[in-house]
Amino acid sequence: MIIIVSLLVLAMLTAAVAALIYRDLLSAVIASCLVSLLASILFFFLQAPDVAMAEASIGAALVTAIFVIAIRRTKRYEE
Amino acid sequence: MRATVGLILLAVIGVGVGISLLAIPFGAPKTEIGDYYIENAREDTGATNVVTSVVVGYRAFDTLGEVTVLFVAALGLGAVLATAGGKRGRSGVEPASLILSAGNIFLFPLILLFGAYIFTHGHLTPGGGFQGGAVIASAFLLVYLSSPGKRINESGASLTESVSGLVFVAIGLLGLTHGTHYFLANFLPKGALNTLFSAGIIPVIYCAIGLKVGSELAGVVDNLMEETE
Repeated sequence: MIIIVSLLVLAMLTAAVAALIYRDLLSAVIASCLVSLLASILFFFLQAPDVAMAEASIGAALVTAIFVIAIRRTKRYEE
Repeated sequence: MRATVGLILLAVIGVGVGISLLAIPFGAPKTEIGDYYIENAREDTGATNVVTSVVVGYRAFDTLGEVTVLFVAALGLGAVLATAGGKRGRSGVEPASLILSAGNIFLFPLILLFGAYIFTHGHLTPGGGFQGGAVIASAFLLVYLSSPGKRINESGASLTESVSGLVFVAIGLLGLTHGTHYFLANFLPKGALNTLFSAGIIPVIYCAIGLKVGSELAGVVDNLMEETE
């Protein structure tokens, strides 16, 4: 159990740092979507299925979609 | 220069938060209210899901505030993106791939059904109005991605939203006239534990929240996907 949680947290941290480093904003959004997805799996393992569902549907699906739409309307690459 | 100052400030805030959190034992219960909920939630509200009994039972008034916050946020987005009388259209009208458009036909009703299941069973299984509403909105997002010509019925969405918001407040006001006389009192019979028609007003309120959040978020997606020509 502790190994699964540590691996999830490690992957989340990696994805979060990747989202900061990427100059391509689309890749950064996908990386932050990965953070939300892994967080929802982590919530499920921590026995909070209600929060896991909210995180998966809002954090991973809707927020990512809204960011992608915003990028399509503006610029894809950071200066 | 700005980045350095920002990093230093962030480090100061981090150390401050860390020091203030050090004294609190991690994972240990700080109050006794959590134990009370776990012990008595089933008898008090009739809901099997303790999270729901807190969200729509004990703390239903907070949930009304939460719904209002979401409504104001959607309203603000609509006001910012509103087009003053101009013709509204969609950009990027290239057709979606066959897999997406064919998958949408099968998946759209299933996702809608799943969202409705989540909010009608909020008092029995994990999930509730907010989660179900978000799932329903993601079904509409799928439609927007797969068929660029289609749009939601905006007046229908806003009608659903207003009616379900009014239902929430009306049920709360009805609680004033029954039994214990307080706002959002659970005046309907609690029924047998673990059945669909149980927990009094909780499933009714969760259905209203689910429809409201679903139509609101679908409206947000609709507002973002279209632009002035």
